[in-house]
Order: sequence, then C-alpha cells, then structure tokens
Amino acid sequence: MTKVQITVNGEATAADVEPRLLLAHYLRDTVGLKATNIGCDTTSCGACTVLLDGESVKSCTLLAVQADAQEVTTMEGLSADGEHLHPVAAAFRAEHGLQCGFCTPGMVMATVSLLKENPTPTEREIREGLEGNLCRCTGYHNIVRSVIAASGQDPDTVQGLNGHAETAPSGGVEVAPGFSTGSDS
Amino acid sequence: MSIMGTRVVRTEDPQFLSRGATYTDDLIDERLTGALHLTLVRSPLAHARITAIDVEEARKAPGVAAVITGADIDLPAALLFPGADKNMVRSWLAADKVRFVGEPVVAVLTEEAYQGQDAADLVEIDYDPLPAVIDLRAAATDEVLLFEDAGTNTSNGMGLDDAFDENFFDGCDVVVTKEIVNQRVAAASLETRAASAVWGGDGRLTLWCSTQAAQGAKAEVAGWLGVEADLVHVITPDVGGGFGAKIGADPEFAVVAWLAKHTGRPVRWNETRSENMTGMVQGRAQLQTFTIGGTKDGKVLAYRLDVLQDAGAYPRLGAVLPMFTRMMAPGVYDIPKVESRARILVTNTTSIAAYRGAGRPEATAAIERAMDMFALEIGMDAAEVRRRNLIQPDQFPFTTKGGAPYDSGEYEKALDMVLEASGYTGLRAEQKRRREAGEVVQLGIGVSVFVEITGGGAFSEDASVQVHPDGTVTVLTGTSPHGQGHATAWAMLANEHLGIPIDKITVKHGDTDLIPRGSGTMGSRSLQTGGVAVYKAAGELVELAKQRAADLLEANVDDLEVVEGRVGVKGTDKGVTLAELAGKEELKVDSVFDSGAPTFPFGAHVAVVELDTESGKAVVDKIITVDDAGPVLNPLLCEGQRHGGIAQGISQALLEEVVYDEDGNPLTATFADYGFPSAAELPSFTLLDMATPTHLNPLGVKGIGEAGTIGATPAVQSAVVDAVSHLGVRHIDMPASPLRVWEAIEAARSEGGAPIDTARSTS
Ligand code: FES
Ligand code: FES
Repeated sequence: MTKVQITVNGEATAADVEPRLLLAHYLRDTVGLKATNIGCDTTSCGACTVLLDGESVKSCTLLAVQADAQEVTTMEGLSADGEHLHPVAAAFRAEHGLQCGFCTPGMVMATVSLLKENPTPTEREIREGLEGNLCRCTGYHNIVRSVIAASGQDPDTVQGLNGHAETAPSGGVEVAPGFSTGSDS
Repeated sequence: MSIMGTRVVRTEDPQFLSRGATYTDDLIDERLTGALHLTLVRSPLAHARITAIDVEEARKAPGVAAVITGADIDLPAALLFPGADKNMVRSWLAADKVRFVGEPVVAVLTEEAYQGQDAADLVEIDYDPLPAVIDLRAAATDEVLLFEDAGTNTSNGMGLDDAFDENFFDGCDVVVTKEIVNQRVAAASLETRAASAVWGGDGRLTLWCSTQAAQGAKAEVAGWLGVEADLVHVITPDVGGGFGAKIGADPEFAVVAWLAKHTGRPVRWNETRSENMTGMVQGRAQLQTFTIGGTKDGKVLAYRLDVLQDAGAYPRLGAVLPMFTRMMAPGVYDIPKVESRARILVTNTTSIAAYRGAGRPEATAAIERAMDMFALEIGMDAAEVRRRNLIQPDQFPFTTKGGAPYDSGEYEKALDMVLEASGYTGLRAEQKRRREAGEVVQLGIGVSVFVEITGGGAFSEDASVQVHPDGTVTVLTGTSPHGQGHATAWAMLANEHLGIPIDKITVKHGDTDLIPRGSGTMGSRSLQTGGVAVYKAAGELVELAKQRAADLLEANVDDLEVVEGRVGVKGTDKGVTLAELAGKEELKVDSVFDSGAPTFPFGAHVAVVELDTESGKAVVDKIITVDDAGPVLNPLLCEGQRHGGIAQGISQALLEEVVYDEDGNPLTATFADYGFPSAAELPSFTLLDMATPTHLNPLGVKGIGEAGTIGATPAVQSAVVDAVSHLGVRHIDMPASPLRVWEAIEAARSEGGAPIDTARSTS
C-alpha cells in the first residue's frame, strides 16, 4: 500500500492505495465521484478523461500514485449544480450533445481542454481534437455543435463552412412539420 | 401554449452534465453494501471439450469468497430463443463443451474488484480443441456439429419447405444475381453490460441491470432461475446505450442472481470492454443472395432473396431477424413477384441478436444493391431506375409481396427532395469531368430509398399519469429510454393536456414493482406506442378532472377547459387547479394504447464520397437525408436519433466488422482493433424534413430510432461502388475498407476494365 494525497475538484483527498490502482478507480471508488466513466481497457474511448493539473488525461491509463500531490478536475468539479452549468456543459445541453450520457463526462472534459488550447476551433480542428473520445449515440454532429457553441462561435456558420451541414438552427422555439403550436392543437 | 413540435432541451441533462448519470456500476445503494465482485473466466477457444477444471489455487487467493463451476449450478441449461432447435441450449457456466470464445466457464467472487482477476488467473481449465465452424456455408454442411443432439447446425428456417420457382424470372430482359455480405458488427454501447443482485429476507430478488426492457428482463430471469415472476424485482438505472443489444436479460444476469442466492450476499458484475466484445450479442451477420429481373426500360418484374443468417453459438433474437428481412425484402418498390427464404445457422461465434434496425437494414441493403446492379446492367441512372419502380402515394395502404401492410408513404417526394438538395445533376457532371480527366480522386454518388417497420414487435404500451397535491406530476411508462430522452418527450406529451410545465413532471420507467407491464424500448416503438399511451392517459386524466370539477364548481362538463393546470369554467374566473382536485381525491389515470399494427416510416438518402483510387480510401463528404417518421414531437431529439443512426450506417458501410480467424479467434475484440468511428472519420449531416402521418395513432407519429442505419448504410456503400464503377467494379462488400476497394479496382483493371464482380477478399 502507498499513501497518496490528491486534490480532487479543489478538495484534499488522501488514501492508502495499491500501487496498481488506476486513477479512474481512485476517483470512482475511493473518492466516490462516479461521473468519470470507464468504457474500454485499451485507452481508446476517452470516457475516463479528466484534467490533471489542467491537462486532459485518460484516467484509466494513469495510476493513482502517478497523480500524487497533483490536482485532478472531474466533470463534478465544473458545475456547482445542475442549475448552474459550466459554459461547456451548458452548450452540450443547448445543442443536444449527449444522449445516453456515458461519453459525456469525458467529452466535456476533453472539450474544456481543447478550448483552452484553441479558443476558436474550426469544425475540422474539433473533430480531430476529439478523436480520442468515442461516442456511440450522437454521431458527433451535435457534439461538434456543442463545442462550437461553447467557443462562442455560431454552430450553423462554422459547421456549414466545414461540413456542409444544413440542419435547422437551434435555440429558438421552432415548429416541426405536422404539429401546430396554436392553442387548438 | 402547446410546446409540441418545438426544440425543448432535455430535462435529463442538468443531472447528466453536473454529477453525471447513474449507471448500474455507479449505484450506491445500502442493499448492495458488502457486495462481492464477480469475475468470469471465459473460454479462449471457439469450440472445445472441457476435460478438467482445477479451481483449488484460485480458492486460496486473497479475498476469494467462492469459485463456482458449471457443475455447481443447479439450473437446467436454457433455450435462449424459443423458436430455435430445442437442443441448442446454453449452460450458465460451460461444463462439458465451449462453443465460442468468450463463453463463461468459471465464476470467481471476491471481496474487492481487483482481487478477481488475480484469482481468475489461477483457474486451470484443460480443453480438448474441436474444429471450429465459422463460415456459414461450412456450417450448412453439418460436417462439424455444435450440438450433436440436434444433428444439424440449422437452428430454424423460414420458407425452406417450398423450392424456388424455376420460372420466376421468365419474361425478364435482364436478370442479375449476386451474393453479398451484410457483415457482423458490434453494438458497442459505450456502457458495457452490468448487473447487481441481492435477495431480501422476503425471498425476493432485486436485480439492477443495464437493459432496454426491465419487464422482459424480469420474465426471462425468473424463467431461467425457475422462480415465480413476482419474486423478481428488476430496477433499471441509467443505461449507457443499447442499440438492440440490451433487449431483455443476458444469461450473465441469471448467473449474478444465482450467485447472490448461493452466497447469501449481494453480488456486483461489470464486464470489461474486451469481455463485452465477445460476450454481448452482436448484429447483422447475413450472407445474402439476391436475384433481380426486369425490362430494359427499367421496370423490375421479379426479386428473389435467399438468406443465410448467422445465429452465433447459441440462438437468440438473431434467429428471428430474417423474418423482418423477408417481410421488408421489396422495400419501397412495387415489384410484381417477390420470393425469399432464410436458413438460420449456428456457428462458433458470439450470438447474434438485434442491432439498430434488426433485420430491416439487411433487407434494404440487399434490394438497394440489387437496384444499383440492375441499373448498371441496363445502363440507366440509379435514381431513375428507383423512380420507375416506387410505390405511388395513391396506392396506400399497400400490402407488399413480402406481406408488409404499409400504412402511408410518399417515396418519390422524398427521393426528389434529397436529389434536389444534393445538387444531383451537378454532382453527376462533376463525376463525369473527373472520370474523363482520369483524376486520382473520384466522386461517388449513392442513392437509397427506404421504408422500414417500427413498433413491429409489440403494439401496445402502458402509461399512468398522476397529478399530486403539490402540483407536480408523475408519469409511469413501460418504455425504457437509454439516451432517447423520454423524460423530456413524455413530459411534453403530458403537458399538452395538463398545461403543467415540464419541469414539474417526472417520468419514471424500468422499475418492475412500480410498472409491472411494459415492453421497453426497441424497434423504434417508443413514441408510437408508449408516447401515445402517455398522451392518451393525460387526456383521460383531464376528462376525469373535469367530471370532478363539474360537481365542485356546479358547472356543465362541456363548459370546462383545462388551462395551465387549472380546470376553469369558460368565460369566467371560476375554477379549481388539478393540484387542488388531487388534494381531495387521488387524481391518477392508468391507460393502455394499442395501435394494433406497426407503422412504416421511410426516406431517402444521398451520400457523396471522395475516393482515392490509389489508396482505395473513401471518405464521406456529404450525406443528405429525408427520414419521414410522421409529425415530429421534439426536433432536437428526433435529429439526434437520425444523427446517431446515420453515423452507425456510414460506419457499417466503411469501417466496422467483427472478424474471426478460421479457428474462431476474434480479431476485433477490443476498441483498439474494432472499427469504432471517431469524430474525425465522419462529416456533419444534412437533414431535410418531411412528415407524412400514419392513421394508426392519434398523433400520426412513426418511429425514428433506426432510420439512419437503414437508409445511410446502402447509400454510402453504393457511393463507394459508384466512384469506381467506370473502372468496371460492380460491387464491393462492406466494410468498404481501403484494401477491399483497392483490390476491387485492381481486379477490375486486370480484367481490362470489363464489368466484373469482386468477391470478398478477406474472411
Ligand atoms: S476508459 Fe479510459 S480510454 Fe476508455
Ligand atoms: S451519448 Fe451515449 S456514448 Fe455519447
């Protein structure tokens, strides 16, 4: 057993851990923060992405002891609560950048890191920047929009330039074919 | 004011984006305190006899509470699909024989999760290898049998009794026949499978599991354990994707439950990705032979489809998929003669079950390849041949020669919309230019027109709506969302009648004590059954509230209206809120909606690929789709469903394939090896809107969940072939990897550019 002291989301944590304990399991099982998910065993999916001293890392590839005396931020550390979402999280909600939500904590953390490196990315830069984060539900279309929106750019413009997308603009109340919004409906 | 048809953001998301969802492995529940962790030792061989199992060393390892083999489990082996040969049963832990890589053999229970693998490594199992049956044609010879008692590898058949009609293609100017592969793919939900179980002092089992259908899972697990269904309580936490692979229960769930009973302690199980890639059911896996015949001016007269379906080692839902493939065989076309048959075979591979589309993408892939090859043969544009054969709007309702009762459709309009939006004529001109210039990067344009069946499994669904005295609302549904956003969508439907804001409406699902009846979420059924049931229940609740309010307000029911959660007398300020009524007497309605029939959504896709003829690499540049599922309740959610399906469709066409070597070793059993698409490999998508209602439910809605895989897959495959058809290539099997494309070009070139078929180059 080895003693580790890791600051997680601004709070000091400490434990005696097996040297082989993965940081992902430390966060989930020792600290009890369950947002960080584990989706693979080959460093492929990015569901476990967290920030280590501000840099995004896959917490399934790092031992807890390697994070000793450092600071980790998980998705729980971004937003005070559901009512007060971090701008990146809020953009994922507005653009429907999540469905089942399993990739989401990692995707949000990877986005925070990506935007820190590149505050106004193009669609191609976003797609390549998130290559290590897999999502099975969204087809990435709305994840890309979420990142564009979080960067303060207009998703329709940026996506239209790079990806030929012509999806209806989001945000406003808009009526789909077949339903009226009149009070007689 | 109604919010139906508007882009309402999800009520689920604040939790999902702050603290995260709670999946089965995230559960913190006091009933699970002190739970043992299950690690399964799985077969490394595809087909072998087990000659010895030695667990003594493992039992002595630190933290081990129990090591269990098949001989210890006192449950009879189970037939996992009722229609299969009754000898094709699966043991809970293999005792005599293993039939696929990944089959569970020994269960190790430890105090700590990390101790499980240590102990598992000490388990010694001796195997006597047997020849593996991987290829479907080899399986059909019955030379090597998976189940000796069955005497055959055929699990079941459809239409096998009658021989094909020799004169079926009489009168056709042109007849084209081709064998194509609809390859095996992994559902690869990002959450793997997981289950936790505990038995209470009352003799009841509580089982938390990752499923798309809690009520179905409950019935299956109770049956497998041989206990009364009432003794099983299934609870569905958040589910990290399913795509058909999590319909009902998996055999491992029964093992978890049995172990909890056996040890008298709670048991938790969460598989690794590598286990998931062999242990969880996979999809597609058909070998199809189509024959299409018609006239030189483009009228298709006859179509035949012959299917070999891989069921994997133990038949599951895969054994029924060809039923949908056969039913949907003629697709959107009015073909005078259609015949089909299917043989379902066991092989030494992971079991096949539903995967997004489940039998219908396979049907569409076959007919769309057939239309393309027929078009090439008669020298007609692919879009034009389709147009000449489409079922016309005035023909609905239309029962096809496949036996499908199509409810409504406007196929030609959908085709016209995608052709126009894609700039089809311009694309063809650009393609001609590149061909004439002999450019390295060629343009491929693929067109698909499709129809599918949604809500095809179970037509009825339950819902309950209750208004509480504090003004909040609880909706209970038998559907089982795992990303689809029912909490938001069903709240919108209840809001439509009640006028209570959606943030005061809680939607509950997946708890079998709370909701005993339900069919779950699969086959794109949820909105057209469960959603309509919620809408109907909320409407009935309003009627009930009006009756009660009429007495209270001394008014005529006809003079009452419900606005923003309040029953008021029209034209006056007299009224009573639903919450006040609920305070006087429980205000709750249980309802059932039964559509009595499935619906048939449809659409058209155009895919444009850039294909490098030197490397063989094809990249999707654009995909333009119409996916008409009737009126749209929430465009944000509907588009999300379309996006996800389109991505999976593109990915099946270009990237994904579960591959086995000839000994049955899986070569794609991790995310490092499997062709799971990343954002960098996909384009953004262009979605066009069209809404043709069905008469089968009061909202006119159809299902949208699977449209993308059904329409996009053939469009992209077709685009790849189209990019090199001028070189003589007529077909390339999926996934159209650079190697496979390159080989097809080379083969065509060595034939001097003459039209040839390219068979599959890898097994
Ligand atoms: S769990 Fe860390 S990359 Fe997949
Ligand atoms: S939202 Fe389900 S994996 Fe991304």
